[in-house]
Amino acid sequence: MLTRLANPARFMRASTTALPWLGAASAVVIAIGLVWALVFAPPDYQQGESVRIMFIHVPAAWMALSVYLFVAVASATFLVWRHPLAEIAAQAAAPIGAAFTAVCLATGSLWGRPMWGTWWVWDARLTSVLVLFFLYLGYIALVNAFDDQSRGARAGSLLALVGVVNLPIIKFSVDWWNTLHQPASVLRLGAPTIYISMLLPLFVMTIGFWLLFGWLLLLRMRTALNARKAHALRLYAQPASRAADPAAANAGGAPGLAVTP
Amino acid sequence: MTSAIARWLAMGGYAVYVWPAYGVTCLVLGGLVLYCWQRHRHSSTELARLQQQLGRRE
Repeated sequence: MLTRLANPARFMRASTTALPWLGAASAVVIAIGLVWALVFAPPDYQQGESVRIMFIHVPAAWMALSVYLFVAVASATFLVWRHPLAEIAAQAAAPIGAAFTAVCLATGSLWGRPMWGTWWVWDARLTSVLVLFFLYLGYIALVNAFDDQSRGARAGSLLALVGVVNLPIIKFSVDWWNTLHQPASVLRLGAPTIYISMLLPLFVMTIGFWLLFGWLLLLRMRTALNARKAHALRLYAQPASRAADPAAANAGGAPGLAVTP
Repeated sequence: MTSAIARWLAMGGYAVYVWPAYGVTCLVLGGLVLYCWQRHRHSSTELARLQQQLGRRE
């Protein structure tokens, strides 16, 4: 399935079909999750109604980590097999991951103020997630920093791989250090320590975020493929101006990408 | 009825934290959706225009 789709033309056809379904599904699931989280979920016995922030904070945090892993795996695939779709997938996913990380940090801060009495502490969990946010931004900046697009892609992929070290640090920071952030209550050995009435809306929201990620990923990958195809067509149409401006010939090129105009 | 809605909006005294949290999320994710959607549309029309200009079809 994956190897079949790993062809730009086939990917475009498959994603044309998948896009509206993914979009509709994510809208419906997120709407259900929102109503559940804001209306039907019970208030916490300690946190009161402020616990409702958790229904977006926790799924956003899970997405921040998962999307980074996705970027890293796609980057490794690109570095090893030089597959252009893997490179496009990594670059398409990174801003989505950065957005989820921003949501995680902002909502966590808004929850921390009433519950901890502070917007921010430099504890291991919060700091390592902030590092994750900067890793995303660094990756995006690095990929776009070179005139030669393939060099940017390679440098960015390396950064993404090195940054993987941060993922276990985030996950286990609450066990390794004495953090203000509470330890895991869902993804832990043994059963989750929160009630099913709160677990369910949490999971619905997580599924909704995953669907949104899938939709945005396909949309952004299609955008990148369109742009590369257009760029190649422009080069093909104007060989004279390419000779006159060698910088334009290098910028944004797609080595290894079979273009079928 | 109105008091039930008012009570819900008050979020047990945490309204100033809960609603901004949901607002920020909607703003960030909604903004990303709009931005990506527009860029996708623009790239599709631009490619179609180029293909037509060059007299080529897929």
